[in-house]
Amino acid sequence: MEKTANQRAWFLVLPVLLLVAFSSVIPMMTVVNYSFQDSFGGNEFFWVGLEWYRELLRSERLWDALGRQLMFSSIILLIEIPLGILVALCMPKKGWLASLCLVLMALPLLIPYNVVGTIWQVFARSDIGLLGRFVTDLGFEYNYAQNAADAWVTVVAMDVWHWTSLVALLCYAGLRSIPDAYYQAAEIDQASRWSVFRHIELPKMRGVLIIAVLLRFMDSFMIYTEPFVLTGGGPGNATTFLSIDLVKMALGQFDLGPAAAFSLMYFLVILLISYVFYTVMIASDKEEAQS
Amino acid sequence: MASITLENLAHSYRPNPQGDSDFALKEVNLKWDDGHAYALLGPSGCGKTTLLNIMSGLLEPTRGRVLFGDQDVTAASTAERNIAQVFQFPVVYDTMTVRDNLAFPLRNRGMEQAYIAERVDRIAQMIGLEGILGKKAQGMTADLKQKISLGRGMVRDDVNAILFDEPLTVIDPHLKWELRTQLKSLHREFGHTMVYVTHDQTEALTFADKVVVMHEGKVLQIGTPQELFEKPAHSFVGYFIGSPGMNFLPVTIQGCTASVHGESVELGQDYGQPDGELALGIRPEFVRLTKDKGLPIRINRIQDAGRHKFVNTRVFDTEFNIVVDANQEINADMTNIVLDPDKISVFHNDWRVEGRSAN
Repeated sequence: MEKTANQRAWFLVLPVLLLVAFSSVIPMMTVVNYSFQDSFGGNEFFWVGLEWYRELLRSERLWDALGRQLMFSSIILLIEIPLGILVALCMPKKGWLASLCLVLMALPLLIPYNVVGTIWQVFARSDIGLLGRFVTDLGFEYNYAQNAADAWVTVVAMDVWHWTSLVALLCYAGLRSIPDAYYQAAEIDQASRWSVFRHIELPKMRGVLIIAVLLRFMDSFMIYTEPFVLTGGGPGNATTFLSIDLVKMALGQFDLGPAAAFSLMYFLVILLISYVFYTVMIASDKEEAQS
Repeated sequence: MASITLENLAHSYRPNPQGDSDFALKEVNLKWDDGHAYALLGPSGCGKTTLLNIMSGLLEPTRGRVLFGDQDVTAASTAERNIAQVFQFPVVYDTMTVRDNLAFPLRNRGMEQAYIAERVDRIAQMIGLEGILGKKAQGMTADLKQKISLGRGMVRDDVNAILFDEPLTVIDPHLKWELRTQLKSLHREFGHTMVYVTHDQTEALTFADKVVVMHEGKVLQIGTPQELFEKPAHSFVGYFIGSPGMNFLPVTIQGCTASVHGESVELGQDYGQPDGELALGIRPEFVRLTKDKGLPIRINRIQDAGRHKFVNTRVFDTEFNIVVDANQEINADMTNIVLDPDKISVFHNDWRVEGRSAN
């Protein structure tokens, strides 16, 4: 049978196109529109071209927020990934204890973001919070509302508490898929515990680890609710990450133009990093298939 | 190298085994002679792998002892036993090259670099891996991975025995034959004691000098392939070995004559007047179709398998298979069968009994 080009097929994708258009493309285009204009209220807009972009790229505010954001994502990745692997390795392999562990691990993941923020806001308070009081009683000067370093430690601890179990659960799934024969063969080969981890467990977890890193990176890069509830971006701007800064600009100061330019650049950065991740993943998959 | 003796071995996967049914392995006494190739044959779940894992030390038996030579190794770790084991699914270390895979057991034992290099080269040559030593083990075909796995076992020059746990399950059919032949020649050349677990009788019979048939946690018979075929010690062996398996007919026996539903069958030996449950067993290959003599049959179907024809029949109420040459014509008037008296086995409560010479 000869293939004929059937243009009517386009009608079949039309509903999806419409849906996507109304849910993301058109709203985003309004943001694009704002980013080239200035408004003084009263629904009056003036064309300013690339002015907002130029201004933002020159402003320290954006670069500082981006720096804090990158630092935050790096720190939590450096803690959560190894910690998650460690937890997964220590979890029982079967029986009721394994089920109990899985449920306990899943609990933090089920708590709404703003509740997580509230929990930690109270938990870490140095006057009445269980953790804050305890640390203060130990003789440490600790107050996340006034000291920038304390605020950072608290925000990082909160994220580790909230998300390490995701990494652990992913790794646990990866570990469970390793057949017993691997461990038995390693025993016969007299492999050390480190060798078993390095040559059996880690390679088998590779796939889930890539996913874990990607998920945790993207998610932490867009973090808003928990630090907003906990510190509100302070003290000063110490924990003002990109999205907190963006909301301040758009809703706090009602600078629609700069905020629109900001969000577009934010979007592009995330897109760029996702693309890099994606390419690296695909490349290493190909390498795996070829070798 | 040494012989391996299993004494009163029993194993249960339950913490407090009570009855017989709790045991995956019931009372096994076996001796594996040094330098022989054995096959451990039995259906799935009969305890073959359990037995193998006890020998390699991956499992500690609930009861009994394992001896290497005269030395009791029941409590010894896998590493101390110097056993190599090849598993059903090929185990290779993906991130390492083939060379590193082969060197791994030696490096873990702290051998010298020069010795390791020499050993790895030699083993690679023996198994036919010398061309791919530098490649990563990841993504290789199952048969290559299985070879690497075998090589990791053979690379140690002090291995007492090499144990195979259904090693050809995931190998393509046309490569199975080649690998099995290679295993045999490696065995002939280096004389390792080899124990090969399988549920495939062709694999077992072609690989081993001696075959151990297991069923429900027990060893039923140890013998050469020929012994298993001609003189199965237990009706299960008769049924399990051969394709189709042995035919059984419930009988009563009086001296040299067996009686099947009133029809008499001549036996090659004198069995006296035994009591209990008696059955006559004969291989499908030793039955002849006739027109009037012998036991009456009804033919259900005939399958042409090229060199042979499989004739499925009923003798009274019992299913009965016959194998005849492909060029033999089967006519509608062939309503009887004659059994070769010398090839008939008699089973008393499922165990084969020997009669006295008829004269």
